[in-house]
Amino acid sequence: MMTTNLTSKKPFELDWKRTLFWGSVCALSQVFICLVGLPSELNRRILIESTLSLGYLFILWIPLVFGYVVSKMVELEGVENPKPGAADLLSGALTGLLGSLGLVLLMLGIDNLDMRDPLINWNQKLFRLLTFENSISFGSLVWIPVGVGLGTIGASLHQMSGQIRKMSAYAMFGLFSFAVLEDVIDDLSEGFRLEWLSDMIYAKKGGMTVTSAIVLAIVLALLPLITRGKFKKTVDRYRSDAKPENQRRNSVVLFSTVAVLVIVLPWFLGGIINELLANVGLFLLLALGLNIVVGLAGLLDLGYVAFFAVGGYTTAVLTSPNSPWFSPETHFGISLLVVVVMATLAGLLIGAPVIRMRGDYLAIVTLGFGEIIRLLFLSDWLKPYLGGSQGITNVPAIDLGPWEVRGADPRSVFYMVLVFCVFAIYISWRLQGSRLGRAWMAIREDESVAEVMGINTVNSKLMAFVVGAVLAAFSGAVLAAKVGSVFPKSFEILVSIIILVVVIVGGMGSITGVMVGSLVLIGILGGPRQPGLLQEFQNFKLLIYGALLVFMMLKRPEGLVPTARRTRELHQEEYLQDAWLGDDESEDREEVGEQL
Amino acid sequence: MSETVKKRSKSRVSGVDRFLTFIRVLMATLIVLGVVAFISQQIWPNNPFAEWRNPDARGLTGDQFKGLVVSGLSQGAMYGLIALGYSMVYGVLGFINFAHGEVFMVGTMSGWITSEKLNDAGLWESNFILSLFLIIFVAITTSTVTAVITERIAYRPLRNSPRLIPLITSIGVSFFIQNAALGLFGPASKGYPRLPEWLAKQRSILTVEISGTKILVMVVAGLSMACLWYLVERTQTGRAMRAVAEDKEIASLMGINVNRTIVITFAVGGAMAGVGGILWGLLFRSVTHMTGFLPGIKAFTAAVVGGIGNMGGAMAGGIALGSAESIAPMVILEPLGVPGVSQLKDAIAFTVLVLVLLFKPAGLFGEKLSQEDRG
Repeated sequence: MMTTNLTSKKPFELDWKRTLFWGSVCALSQVFICLVGLPSELNRRILIESTLSLGYLFILWIPLVFGYVVSKMVELEGVENPKPGAADLLSGALTGLLGSLGLVLLMLGIDNLDMRDPLINWNQKLFRLLTFENSISFGSLVWIPVGVGLGTIGASLHQMSGQIRKMSAYAMFGLFSFAVLEDVIDDLSEGFRLEWLSDMIYAKKGGMTVTSAIVLAIVLALLPLITRGKFKKTVDRYRSDAKPENQRRNSVVLFSTVAVLVIVLPWFLGGIINELLANVGLFLLLALGLNIVVGLAGLLDLGYVAFFAVGGYTTAVLTSPNSPWFSPETHFGISLLVVVVMATLAGLLIGAPVIRMRGDYLAIVTLGFGEIIRLLFLSDWLKPYLGGSQGITNVPAIDLGPWEVRGADPRSVFYMVLVFCVFAIYISWRLQGSRLGRAWMAIREDESVAEVMGINTVNSKLMAFVVGAVLAAFSGAVLAAKVGSVFPKSFEILVSIIILVVVIVGGMGSITGVMVGSLVLIGILGGPRQPGLLQEFQNFKLLIYGALLVFMMLKRPEGLVPTARRTRELHQEEYLQDAWLGDDESEDREEVGEQL
Repeated sequence: MSETVKKRSKSRVSGVDRFLTFIRVLMATLIVLGVVAFISQQIWPNNPFAEWRNPDARGLTGDQFKGLVVSGLSQGAMYGLIALGYSMVYGVLGFINFAHGEVFMVGTMSGWITSEKLNDAGLWESNFILSLFLIIFVAITTSTVTAVITERIAYRPLRNSPRLIPLITSIGVSFFIQNAALGLFGPASKGYPRLPEWLAKQRSILTVEISGTKILVMVVAGLSMACLWYLVERTQTGRAMRAVAEDKEIASLMGINVNRTIVITFAVGGAMAGVGGILWGLLFRSVTHMTGFLPGIKAFTAAVVGGIGNMGGAMAGGIALGSAESIAPMVILEPLGVPGVSQLKDAIAFTVLVLVLLFKPAGLFGEKLSQEDRG
């Protein structure tokens, strides 16, 4: 009976309630995004010359996504599902239409009502943007067809054949990355003396030229046709190569390619991109440390910034001549040894009281510790020792004999950070498979079981805190030398949260994931104070980080590059259910249960 | 072999314990020393013990001390109102709703918008009581709606996942709401309109000088607490909430709509935060997008101090924390010779959290949690 009910859908019978709901959600989100100020602020960044700016893109993706969502069907196992048909396209179009109507209402509102008092973006700038510097009717005439079209396209994504969907995805994401990476490509082509290349792709005033965008889109769309999955096959072959000597050779090849690229490329890059890479490296170092604490041991440390601050302040006190209380002006190398000692002490001091607490209490108490340390650095009490809100200035550059690492030369900072990152990656990689690493993962999965199995949970957790603290302190030390000063302001709670987002988006417990996460997030959006490639995002970074955190937790808690074990932990129920649906024999079920 | 292992592990564990005991003793000594120095200073200003660490300390006059207590109490009442939301959600779902501070901020923000509009219309001057009711109503509505929407979008899909997952999600929600408010209303600090003179003026009640605003704050907080008590202890809905907090599965077997009850829990917590937000607006008369962050964490501290899941405890914890925060810098830190003590007010709140968890992890009045959440 269920089956007949589900499949006997007429071609144009709409689920009105659902369409209306998602349509109004679409309208509300578009209006919300406009009023938050994303479009007007990001309008400066041009993606395709005189056609598309980042600001418009932020309005345009909404009907596309909601068109996709509204026509998505719940696929029930064991029942014949209704085929997607014209009705779905229609509901997608209606969703887009409702969204555009929201924008039209917003335009009318801005024109007739004055709400500037609470809403700062209720202004002419937004109005001009929405009406394309024309009249309201012109704006509505543009927005309505665009919204309907995008909604329909979103809805039709379900019905396209796999090939076409892949081609359009390649074209869209490729174009987007070309547009976003404009600075990098510009810089690289300059370094390789290929200026004509970037001149060809990009317009003078920023953004791609229309011709190059079209050509690139076609090339990118044809890419999957040409390769036809060869790339994926190579990757699979690389992964599944059973012979140990082949695998070894493959690893060596991969490793040396990456190493050569990382070492050679900075010479062809300009100052800004090198600075960016240095920032990415600093945050990667932090994220690798937090990855050990949160990802491996499962301790949600929200006061991680405290260790970062300890590293920075220790270096500043020991090396700077301006340190108010004690300034031995030692060499960076010696201060680094002290940094390790101080970070270990800080890790033990903060770790010991919280180690027995419930996971969520631990999070809040560490957050408290992070704030306490910042407030102490800021207070008059410690001002004679640590400089209070003025901080400690004049931290000297790192003197390495023939070379000098200083902030004005980002390339040198990058190499310095690189050394630390390689060290941190090596440490994390070796720890992961070690006795300690396995103990951490056991604690993460179930603490009481781990304890019963003979793991000294208290010591293992303390070790996680200490290792994480030392890595964060290294990052802080390099930051102090790079910036040349330390202020309490650089060590706000925000830093902890942003690193947490990096670790979670990349994939908790996965080294590759953390690397991808910091490259993408810090590189493109930027760190707490450091701008990324899209500098226009400066004011909206945290909004996007927050939304990203929620989205990842809801849709993909294991992160972009997950580890197999973590994925299984987080999707335990689905695995059990699949096993249960897939085979009814009880033996199989038991086996799966054991594996989990 | 096994014996050595046993010995080693035994000694290791006690190492951490010994350290914790040391911290406990140290903190207790510091507090006692501070208080004793303060008291001796009050009795006999020139005694050597009081001058030992801080010769400049003047101590407090009786009026100053009363003033500190009163402002501590009124702020504590507000923390208590916010803490109720943390406590109720923790009791029912077993996770810290980090975004609750932001729900409070939304209440304050909407109260600011309404009061500004009322002020422009002239109603704020002419009929303050009516406008007060209006802004409280608006704040309750917006806070409740915010809390319910976050529950629907962010927390409901995660109900059965490991307990850190919803906590991380709520951190994301918190940052999202904070920065959405920043984008919508801008970074400037927004001022509530002036309160009418008959309310704001100083009054003397039982020799205590107290401003009318603080009385109003305490009265409103007390009233809302009484309403909440009635709702939870005397109505069908309240019984459902208590049942769901005890055991969700059995509650649903008893015919309770668990989803609905959870939504109501969030809504009631949001309403309390909304009232708290208005009180904040009346007390401090300014609001920014960051207003919710510190009070949120402090209110959570208050909930832990009182014993999480325990509503009376949350209110008492709020008052205790508020008083500690306003008295401790002058009474404990100043006699110990710490300069610039008022800067350390926030640090004291966090220290209280750590101390409570070290000395009495279940809070002063005991936590009320279901078996599974306690683990």
